[in-house]
Amino acid sequence: MQDPAITPELIIAHGINDTEYSEILKILLREPTFTELGIFSAMWNEHCSYKSSKLHLKKLPTTGPQVICGPGENAGIVDIGDGQALVFKMESHNHPSYIEPYQGAATGVGGILRDVFTMGARPVAAMNSLSFGDKDHPKTRQLVHGVVEGIGGYGNAFGVPTVGGELRFHPAYNGNCLVNAFAAGLADVDGIFYSAASGVGRPVVYLGAKTGRDGVGGATMASAEFDETIEEKRPTVQVGDPFTEKRLMEATLELMQTGAVVSIQDMGAAGLTCSAVEMGDKGGLGIRLDLERVPQREANMTAYEMMLSESQERMLMVLDPAHEDAARAVFDKWDLDFAIVGETIAEDRFLIVLNGEVKADLPLSTLASSAPEYDRPWIPTPQATPMQDLPQVDPIDALRILLESPNYSARNWVFDQYDSMVMADTVKGPGHSAGLIRVHGTQKHLAFTSDVTPRYVRANPVEGGKQAVAEAYRNLCAQGARPLASTDNLNFGNPEKPEIMGQFVGALDGIGQACIALDMPIVSGNVSLYNETDGQPILPTPTIGAVGLIDAEGTAILGHASEGDMAVLIGETKGHLGQSALAYEVFNREDGDAPTVDLQAEALHGQFIRNNSEWISACTDLSDGGLALAAFEMAAAAGVGVQLDSENTPELFGEDQARYLIACSFDTAEYLMTAASQAGVPIACVGRFSGKTVRMGRSEALLAELSAQHAGALANHFA
Amino acid sequence: MKAAVLVFPGSNCDRDLAVALREAGCDVEMVWHKQTELPSGVDMVGVPGGFSFGDYLRCGAIAARSPIVKALRSHVDRGGYAIGICNGFQVLTESGMLPGALLRNAGLKYICKSVPLHVATSDSVFTCGYESGSQITVPIAHHDGNYTAAPDTLAQLVAEDRVAFTYGDNPNGSDKDIAGVLSQNRRVLGMMPHPERASDSAHGGTDGARLFANLITELSVA
Repeated sequence: MQDPAITPELIIAHGINDTEYSEILKILLREPTFTELGIFSAMWNEHCSYKSSKLHLKKLPTTGPQVICGPGENAGIVDIGDGQALVFKMESHNHPSYIEPYQGAATGVGGILRDVFTMGARPVAAMNSLSFGDKDHPKTRQLVHGVVEGIGGYGNAFGVPTVGGELRFHPAYNGNCLVNAFAAGLADVDGIFYSAASGVGRPVVYLGAKTGRDGVGGATMASAEFDETIEEKRPTVQVGDPFTEKRLMEATLELMQTGAVVSIQDMGAAGLTCSAVEMGDKGGLGIRLDLERVPQREANMTAYEMMLSESQERMLMVLDPAHEDAARAVFDKWDLDFAIVGETIAEDRFLIVLNGEVKADLPLSTLASSAPEYDRPWIPTPQATPMQDLPQVDPIDALRILLESPNYSARNWVFDQYDSMVMADTVKGPGHSAGLIRVHGTQKHLAFTSDVTPRYVRANPVEGGKQAVAEAYRNLCAQGARPLASTDNLNFGNPEKPEIMGQFVGALDGIGQACIALDMPIVSGNVSLYNETDGQPILPTPTIGAVGLIDAEGTAILGHASEGDMAVLIGETKGHLGQSALAYEVFNREDGDAPTVDLQAEALHGQFIRNNSEWISACTDLSDGGLALAAFEMAAAAGVGVQLDSENTPELFGEDQARYLIACSFDTAEYLMTAASQAGVPIACVGRFSGKTVRMGRSEALLAELSAQHAGALANHFA
Repeated sequence: MKAAVLVFPGSNCDRDLAVALREAGCDVEMVWHKQTELPSGVDMVGVPGGFSFGDYLRCGAIAARSPIVKALRSHVDRGGYAIGICNGFQVLTESGMLPGALLRNAGLKYICKSVPLHVATSDSVFTCGYESGSQITVPIAHHDGNYTAAPDTLAQLVAEDRVAFTYGDNPNGSDKDIAGVLSQNRRVLGMMPHPERASDSAHGGTDGARLFANLITELSVA
């Protein structure tokens, strides 16, 4: 088949602008071939090159004594003691999920799991952070069903427990849902594998599923805004096969035991192109691929298609030839393809040959390193005007509205569709401040959470960025866990708009400050830009995924409130209602500034919780919905009522930061009061867990009735 | 006592079952699906949960035709003991070692949660540690757990006291709330709920551990 001629239309269709094309001509000193144009478009799109974000990402803290591997590899790695490491990352699959919800979400899960096991880690926990449009928007229902089933369909079959996540609804996501998938895996510190190739003349091996035409141009699609032609993009979405992924994981982990793996890289966005270039570039080597040797699912595939296919469940590895037979035997056992498709070469070339014909011949290191990098113009987000007063509201009436809202109702209808218990180490599944698992065969526990409050970020990117990290920190501390590190999944609109870029820069500033102050370096992450439809951007949504450790000496906070327990509030209450859940859900208002985050107070209060974890029966952080929602949720989980003294709206529903609610016995409360005053931590007894009602001042309702409303709301709407 | 846990490609509760059996004091050997014989001296075979062969075609259908299941059938025909959990139950019905079939859940959604179960009979090595009629809590996690069988088969199961467990609050549409059934010789149990996920205090409940503990006590005596 004749390759098409390189025309201006073809160049534009590849998402390459004039300046970028001139750069290509400068590098090659000739016109690129069709395959080469495809390769450039795959390497230089926003999704793969981070060209708009790189400059600002460099400012994030990424190191610390706990960090074994920071950003730049397939996933980040932290030390969890005893020679064990935790490998984790969060990544978006927003555009594919909007176009084809089931497969888009499923392959998002598949991709992040591959990132983890490629490094030698067995996945042990997954989470996902989902943002959908208004619950009544005609598209929302189909997206929710498809995305949730896709996540479950892949993760459940693969066999990783989903232990946490978020689910939010806001009209800003009507045309652009967000699907951010997180996975974490366990590895031995001395059994970690990286992607840098080494050694000249070593075989490059293709592993896993066969290559088809699915997903050709997917990464380029993911880097463009949506418009009314979106349905035409369905063929760019890949199709997932969790059964193959499960076998690929088992086979890869077995293969790593044979000593055959020199380096390994999964094929994700831009498939064979990205993985081969990355392995070569990191190892300072060239790569030659003979494409006729690539296992193919379809006949007559062109070099262009094979280089850009995003078929799932594939890996590329550089093999130590001495172990070839053992390696082949592992893949035979699991009935997976194992094909030598090329070799490492000394020259700095990315040489693509199909049936003896050279289809692409590019300088590899330049291809990897010359991706454009933009310092896009940005304007700081203007200072938000203070919130106007809210009308008076009966606290129980307000609580009831929150409990029945899609944002704050119980999540069981979604979470029950995920296997949260496979591997039999789950201690707390989704629906808690954080998910908690045992490290298999040890007394250690790991806690996982993902957080962001997009309304805050829109009103005040810097404070909103800080808040996302601070809330993650609190959710881990509330389990008794020591926060270790985080991963960021930065979802924003079109970076070519200065006000969107301003949100990005501001949020990163806040995230960076908080990660330093709370010692939670960013060890991996992903940027998703161009989340706009017909020019309407999403709320800026920098999702923070974070992990915490409870070592063998530590104490996890696992209990529930008991009848007679005191309700003890840690932290200072000022009654901040700007951008609050109360304002949004009850009054349909999104005005005011985000709450200020005092990072010193966060660190101090978190440490206080951790130091006293053995005395605390139950603990939760205070976030959206403030004290009222937290107290209700703690009461509902325990099946014991709660009596709060206050009926003051800002005290009950204010969203001041650095706060926790604790349930403990009277004696413990007395002890904590003394300990807190010594530590300089604000503490107050705000009520009691008791009886069968939820009472706030003079306003009261039956707990059972509120719980039923809370539990049924989401299913009533979506089931 | 010695148990074999079968491993198919796509099994994902094989380790969990082995851990629960070992905790209860059993020797466990993992057996790959391509093997044609069980290890010698195996008293009981565990067919684990998961998505064997991706649940393609029908859940358990491909695994039911694998070499090791032929060996399992000989073991069962000789009067050997076996337990199939979740996907393992589906393998046992697909291979005809237990009656009935497991259809898609009535609500068409995957369900993972702890559910109340009634012990319908204590007359088996698996259930003799429970009081007949007592309620226990064990997690389910399946998309296709809707047990169905021909009316006369159901009548026969009831008449022969072969319903092992029933759901307290039927989550999936199963006929007669059936969550688990026994073979005619009462030595093969298939159940959708996962006792291995309720076998450790960290799981939040240990009702499932009693199944393994009693099984091992009974078989060790025998």
